[in-house]
Amino acid sequence: MTTYDLVVIGTGPGGYICAIRAAQLGMKVAVVEKRATHGGTCLNVGCIPSKALLHASEAYAEASHDFAGMGIKVKPELDLPAMLAFKDSGVKGNVDGVAFLLKKNKIDAYHGTGRITAPHTVEVAESKGKTQLAAKAIVIATGSEVAHVPGIDIDEKRIVSSTGALSLAKVPKRLVVIGGGYIGLELGSLWSRLGAQVTVVEMLHSITPGLDGELAKQLQRILEKQGLTFKLGDKVTKVDTKGKGVTLIVEPVDGGKKETLDCDVVLVAVGRVPNTEGLGLDDVGVETHARGRVIVDHKYQTNVPGIYAIGDVIAGPMLAHKAEEEGVAVAEDLAGQAGHVNYDVIPSVVYTAPEVASVGETEEQLKEAGIHYKVGKFPFTANGRAKVNRTTDGFVKILADAETDRVLGVHIIGAEAGTMIAEAAVLMEFGGSAEDLARTCHAHPTLNEAVKEAALAVDKRALHM
Amino acid sequence: MATEIRVPALGESVVEATVGQWFKEAGDAVSADEPLVELETDKVTVEVPAPASGVLSEIVVNAGDTVAVGALLGAIAEGAGKASPARSSAAAKPATAPAPKAAAKPATPPPVGLKELEREPHPREEITPDTYDVGETDDAMPPSPAARKLLAEKGLKPSDVRGSGRRGQVLKGDVTAQAAEALLTRERKPKPVAPPRAPVAADDESREERVRMTRLRQTIAKRLKEAQDTAAMLTTFNDVNMSAVMQLRRDYREDFEKKHGVKLGFMGFFIKACVQALRDIPAVNAEIDGDDLVYKNYYHIGVAVGTDRGLVVPVIRDADTMSLAEIEGAIADFGMRARDGKLGLAEMQGGTFTISNGGIYGSMLSTPILNAPQSGILGMHRIEERAVVRDGKIVARPMMYLALSYDHRVVDGKEAVTFLVNVKESLENPARLVLDL
Repeated sequence: MTTYDLVVIGTGPGGYICAIRAAQLGMKVAVVEKRATHGGTCLNVGCIPSKALLHASEAYAEASHDFAGMGIKVKPELDLPAMLAFKDSGVKGNVDGVAFLLKKNKIDAYHGTGRITAPHTVEVAESKGKTQLAAKAIVIATGSEVAHVPGIDIDEKRIVSSTGALSLAKVPKRLVVIGGGYIGLELGSLWSRLGAQVTVVEMLHSITPGLDGELAKQLQRILEKQGLTFKLGDKVTKVDTKGKGVTLIVEPVDGGKKETLDCDVVLVAVGRVPNTEGLGLDDVGVETHARGRVIVDHKYQTNVPGIYAIGDVIAGPMLAHKAEEEGVAVAEDLAGQAGHVNYDVIPSVVYTAPEVASVGETEEQLKEAGIHYKVGKFPFTANGRAKVNRTTDGFVKILADAETDRVLGVHIIGAEAGTMIAEAAVLMEFGGSAEDLARTCHAHPTLNEAVKEAALAVDKRALHM
Repeated sequence: MATEIRVPALGESVVEATVGQWFKEAGDAVSADEPLVELETDKVTVEVPAPASGVLSEIVVNAGDTVAVGALLGAIAEGAGKASPARSSAAAKPATAPAPKAAAKPATPPPVGLKELEREPHPREEITPDTYDVGETDDAMPPSPAARKLLAEKGLKPSDVRGSGRRGQVLKGDVTAQAAEALLTRERKPKPVAPPRAPVAADDESREERVRMTRLRQTIAKRLKEAQDTAAMLTTFNDVNMSAVMQLRRDYREDFEKKHGVKLGFMGFFIKACVQALRDIPAVNAEIDGDDLVYKNYYHIGVAVGTDRGLVVPVIRDADTMSLAEIEGAIADFGMRARDGKLGLAEMQGGTFTISNGGIYGSMLSTPILNAPQSGILGMHRIEERAVVRDGKIVARPMMYLALSYDHRVVDGKEAVTFLVNVKESLENPARLVLDL
């Protein structure tokens, strides 16, 4: 039996990053992956394929509606199979990249379902048979899976999850999205751009829970302008797939008149749940919460010494980059360093058009915590680059401590918001103030100038307003 | 109410002492100012007197313990304990007495002294995923991300490091620099430990005696080595014809002793000669302080005196203002008290130049080591009739070799040689001292 310093179960962003970091630090590392390819949900059926399709569909929408305004006359034609093939090639490039990185770092990869049979043993059910791996430390990085709604069976044809929604054979005429979170909005946007009539049903009274309220409202307005319909405060009580199409019964959460919605495809996007089934956690006595979430201490160690867990299987936002940070922290801790994740500065992005990106506290959170804050806002309509790019939707909003001027939260809705949020994260990681940001030279003409202007606006001295 | 007995201030630069003998035992009656316990310091042995009359109720440190200035030694309770002569021995004690003693003596003496000086290492900061704070208030500028990780790994707090970033932020480089500095000082602090002694044949070992170095011995060892490590030390030599001084002694010995009550020795002449030379060559009377040279316009001459405990160097202060008789008197007094271990600390501090006389033990020639931070030390040696050439003839003269070890950082070669020639000439022609030449 081969003995490893570290065996990581799952090669999603958390797992493979953890493995690479550990290898960099001199550990003998193995990874266990049940898929044929590495990269987990993110690379195979999540972030990466969805971004490929979002990018392609946005280009299609732009060509259809915006090119003429810039003096380009085209009549784009959608070739969906080709677009899906483009997506698949993008996925392949990425998962192959991970395989290359693992190999480069001399990490042994075992393909098969991993199961922890003893505190220091992982059994891999490979196609050729079972392999036992001895491990000084085991990291559970098995991620999450789509959450189901009771009574709604996902067949990935007419009732699809995010996975199926990335491979619909043809553009549905009418698509109902259950769930107004970022997955539902991204995939709803995607099919809307390609021609589907999209209705988003959300139980809460606003979309994108957790997002700064002002941005959520703005996003909803913009998406409505793009043709999406929102049914907020409603829940789906029945799904009927007997006919050719799908019929849903929708009724208000607070009580009221039932409504019938007919569509071709239903996307269930109500969230994700930790994926720990079959891992053998009960056998070795690893404690979990009711919904399967693994309980860890501040060093990501479970109650069983030597068994760690990171990413979507533990508490916190289910984000690839959060899992990556945890993977690095665990590897560094195992190597005797002081690994650390700063949960106060984890950006999150909704890849709609425009994008929505946030880091730090929302205005609602600050109010609730009773913190005195200042707001600096700057719209992209006043940004030169956004004007000529015809991407004037949205604004930058910076929340800074009223006394110390330290930036507590940055929220951006606008084109490239996900890229722009990085400078805010760096600033916040350094504990910077709004003035620090305002005094940092920003290149002209860039969209990022709006970030600087918003920082100036905290002190009520924006220059272009 | 009990009166605490604490380690008294022991003079400049003395921070700790080794407990010597207790003259009293717990339960003994003591009167105020009666010596209770002996403390051996870097420089001298001092007796700690009873701060009050009463009964020595408690002894918390034992012979051999190291104690810091101010540390608790014991306590005196009010009351009339059993009468007991000072320095009573256990045998002299009545057999009925041991009960209070046992009761008063704690089973384990509370840790005092050195341990109080040791700093507790910082406990490693715990990093928790849900708290980002490293012990700073929210409005403080937090250390940079990389600095925060390093701080945790080095067991440092943000407040331990001077931040060089905007608004005093601790950056990665600040932590690295601090850690490197700490490492250096840590490496510097415990002097390279001497390699353990090579094993000795068992046969020989049984015939060896292992004695703990006294504090005085340890200090001598440390100071001498420090002087060697610090100064650019070298020695210049000369010889002196002692005929004139010897003639003076022969002629005036009786009158001198009759009038002043002290013997007319050689040392007085040497001190006078040295003071004269120091005036002419101020560098020899100077010391280095950082990047500065401190020239001293006073002449405190240390005279090395050998005792059975080791070498001590009492200082004759303002030797330039003293008559030969006063100097001789002071030397005689020092010599006597040094042998009895009665020299006060203050009497051994502040010297600007030192004279060491190896001649009394018969040394022909030696290279004395500087008494840091002084820059010069004169070595005297034995006087003997040697063949010298005078006016083309070989004649016998009472000669002494002189050695001046000096710190070349302060004193130039020319100055050192001139100094020694100056001393030589004064001794060969004592009239020069009278005429201030």
